[in-house]
Amino acid sequence: MDLIWDGVKEAVRLIFTGNGYVYEVLFTSLYVSGAATLIGLVSGFGIAAALAFRSPPGRVVVVGAFNAGMALPPVAVGLFVAVLLWRSGPLGQLHLLYTPGAIIVAQSVIATPVITALSVAALQSINPRLRLQITALGASRLQTAVLLFREARYSLLAAVMAGFGAAISEVGATIMVGGNIKGETRTLTSATVLEVQKGNFETGIAFSLILLLVIFAVVLGVTHVQQRRPLS
Amino acid sequence: MTEPVLAVHDLWLNQGGRTIVNVDRVELYPGEVLALLGPNGAGKSTLVQLMALLVRPTEGRIVLQGNPVRDTLSCRRRMAVVLQEPLLLDTSVRSNVGAGLALRGVRREERVRRVDEWLERLGIPHLAGRSARTLSGGEAQRVSLARAFVVEPEVLFLDEPFSALDAPTRAGVMSDLQPLLKRNGMATMFVTHDRAEALLLGDRVAVMMDGRIRQIGRASDIFSAPADEEIAQFVGVETITLGRVQSVTDGVATVEVSDRIIEGGSGVNAGDEVLVCLRPEDVSISRAPDDGSPTSVRNHLPARVTRIVPWGSFRRLELDAGFPLVALVTQHAVDDLELGPGAEVLAGFKATAIHLIRKGSSTQSWNPD
Repeated sequence: MDLIWDGVKEAVRLIFTGNGYVYEVLFTSLYVSGAATLIGLVSGFGIAAALAFRSPPGRVVVVGAFNAGMALPPVAVGLFVAVLLWRSGPLGQLHLLYTPGAIIVAQSVIATPVITALSVAALQSINPRLRLQITALGASRLQTAVLLFREARYSLLAAVMAGFGAAISEVGATIMVGGNIKGETRTLTSATVLEVQKGNFETGIAFSLILLLVIFAVVLGVTHVQQRRPLS
Repeated sequence: MTEPVLAVHDLWLNQGGRTIVNVDRVELYPGEVLALLGPNGAGKSTLVQLMALLVRPTEGRIVLQGNPVRDTLSCRRRMAVVLQEPLLLDTSVRSNVGAGLALRGVRREERVRRVDEWLERLGIPHLAGRSARTLSGGEAQRVSLARAFVVEPEVLFLDEPFSALDAPTRAGVMSDLQPLLKRNGMATMFVTHDRAEALLLGDRVAVMMDGRIRQIGRASDIFSAPADEEIAQFVGVETITLGRVQSVTDGVATVEVSDRIIEGGSGVNAGDEVLVCLRPEDVSISRAPDDGSPTSVRNHLPARVTRIVPWGSFRRLELDAGFPLVALVTQHAVDDLELGPGAEVLAGFKATAIHLIRKGSSTQSWNPD
């Protein structure tokens, strides 16, 4: 218990003493995970719309694959992304390995299936007759899609929230493709691993608590928006 | 003759190898309400979706104001549809009512003016700021109607809009709706499986069964002169019995039904085998013997009451007049005439109440008027 309490005190100290290292790590985490979530959101919403509003051949298999993708092992993702980004790999000429860009790619691969699978479920839970009614109101295809996304906005927010959570809390892929370079690719999760490996348990706990605090703040904000809707 | 606002020709929808709708012709005229009447599963809602350009037909031609429909979206924006379930967007009542206008790119000031006008007309201005999720069924359906009227459609489709409402709410919404349907040359198709609603709102009635329009014409004609036995049963003709025409004098047939002679009906020839149709509300019941005094009722048949069944605010009398005969009377009449199973009565009905269907006659009747 003392260890945890010391960790809490260390976290408070690190946050409120304006420790540049902590803010740098925090910023890197928010930057890479935010970007990965944004990529996951754009691609996930697009794929979800295609799967929910149309009936492409093999839809069940594709939806099943995205559902399975929610449980992608981050280490495996990290390994495959690293192989792709190696200098001798197919995407080697991008020179992304051991940069924040590599972490964004890896975290996008983790966040996209989560956002896609939950978005498909959200869009498919809309009453199909509402789509008919929106079309009958004179909506074009694009207007129909926009209105349906608006109808599912609260569930879609949850999907984005889950995607962000998966990205920011992930560590295996981040270390594998980012290298945990101080000032470059060190995130809250990789910093925690490093501090624990160094035996600085208080600092490790402090980074963990800051990570939890960030996740809680983001989730609380989104939940607040979600829960403002009137009860039916 | 007035040009129809909307006309469909040879409309056919096939899904999974099954014909869902197969309609030769339907026309909607300016200012009229065509009630589309039919049992559940007849294809009424699908026909509406085809005519409202929400579903693409397998084959067929749809003509709006004389021009074949090509640009589906722009034509669809000249129509409005109210579905059975008032499917509102998860936003305020005001935004819901203005949704169709917003989708058509109507300017905000114009939108606000028209939304306010229709909220007022449907008696719901107080709901403007409410979330659509918090409305009762009746309120939601009024919002749904306002949302349809506000776009000032040339064609309005009402697909069983009252079926989910309780009786008092339904009566209220219907009475508010009735005058709104007679405006600016708008044509309305009103889908229902309720005969009373079809009679109340419909200028013409089309009877749809098994994906086909089986009869179309003035509401009074459909109910008094159904084209075939199935339609007769559906529109509430309770007495349908087989007879043979003995003679036709001055256009009025004399028909033998189970050794009884009745007079009435037309359009048949001596020797024809016919179905004699008689609505229960056209049959009068008395206990007094027929004294032969002059009366407009041409047919008087001695009959015996076999069963009395409560029928809403009426009582349904099942009689044996040599053939099964059904009458509707009030409970007051049952008490006054001391009616009960086994009671001997005199069943009377006018010749004009009789409708004859020649056996084996066509099952399609068109009287577009």
